[in-house]
Amino acid sequence: MTSTQTIPQNAAVLKVELLISNLLRIGVITSLTIVVIGTVLTFVHHPEYLQSRDALADLISGKNAFPHTIGEVWTGLLMLHGRSIVIVGLLLLIATPVMRVGVSIFAFLYERDRIFALITTIVFLLLLLSFLLGKATA
Amino acid sequence: MNSCMSPLAFTFITFAASIVAGVCGSILGLGGGIVVIPVLTLLLGVDIRFAIGASIVSVIATSSGAAAAYVREHMTNLRVAMLLELGTTSGALTGAFLGGLIAGRWLFLIFSVVMGYSALAMFQKRHSDPSVPVPPDPIADRLKLHGEYFDEQAGEVVRYRVTHTPLGLALMYVAGMVSGLLGIGSGSLKVPAMDLAMHLPIKVSSTTSNFMIGVTGAASAGVYFARGDINPFIAGPVAAGVLIGATLGSRLLGRLKSSWVRVAFVVVLLWVCLQMAYKGIVG
Repeated sequence: MTSTQTIPQNAAVLKVELLISNLLRIGVITSLTIVVIGTVLTFVHHPEYLQSRDALADLISGKNAFPHTIGEVWTGLLMLHGRSIVIVGLLLLIATPVMRVGVSIFAFLYERDRIFALITTIVFLLLLLSFLLGKATA
Repeated sequence: MNSCMSPLAFTFITFAASIVAGVCGSILGLGGGIVVIPVLTLLLGVDIRFAIGASIVSVIATSSGAAAAYVREHMTNLRVAMLLELGTTSGALTGAFLGGLIAGRWLFLIFSVVMGYSALAMFQKRHSDPSVPVPPDPIADRLKLHGEYFDEQAGEVVRYRVTHTPLGLALMYVAGMVSGLLGIGSGSLKVPAMDLAMHLPIKVSSTTSNFMIGVTGAASAGVYFARGDINPFIAGPVAAGVLIGATLGSRLLGRLKSSWVRVAFVVVLLWVCLQMAYKGIVG
């Protein structure tokens, strides 16, 4: 890694920026693709959704149950249920900012920016803590 | 309204409205809930629970969708964002703990006043010159928070210095706590804090807020998912529309005049202020 010495100081920041930007872009494109595929599949499996006016009331009032635990999503996924696929896309979307914080820790460590590596680590731990708390209170 | 609509029509209307939400949210540094929630509940008859779940998804989609571009263009101040996330995440956790202890009604009233004040203060700053020196801040120097970006509309590089970092951090803690308690205003408190206390240029405040709200949103999204509030039939088209809208919006912001962005934000802030006052009074 001799090249790092010749790069001007500001380039370290630019590299972190590019890494984060690429990570977000990949997360966004992947989750968008999965959500669209899942939505299309939902309509393929339920042709009545194209016309039926009664189906909508059940879908948006929650009477038509949808998966909301990892186990249910997995079972639905194996059967190629459209809505389980949509949820996988949504979960990936939710995970993207968390991954962004995680990756930043390593980026700052690599740039030998100890203070910001520490700051991002604390943010990451606080995030994990809120996930754990959320699970407990939900 | 929804009784005369097929699920397919519902999907398309939700998708289209979400594109608008994504464009507005990504330009102003907000989550888009301000568009998504009324469209879903008032226009489409969706249960408020699912509308809130979808709006959390919208916050994350606005953030990630636009941030990829803003970060690349150096408009987002990454270091400021990551430092301030300390405040927002710990504030959100505190908010979750305080949940049942504080009456939401008073909080709505208090923050309605705070937002009204912020809107006025931000409006008065509309002719201010960003090159006017700000009070020195050794913490901002030490953490290398100062920055610069190329403003496409003005056709020049804007250099700015950050100030009052501790105050900014404290305000972010409050902003995180309030969005944890009230489930709203994740961006509408962050932008004024960066604008008024830390003296960031408005486009930097908005893009930096945009970057941060993704993390705040993700922290609470887990809870909403586990509770079964994220209905894929509703949140799916919202996510897709907002992602596309936010990508479009991120291309627009550079070309907009800063003072225009500021005034548009002030208008939205006044609207949120009125909404909160209403919730505080009616209960």
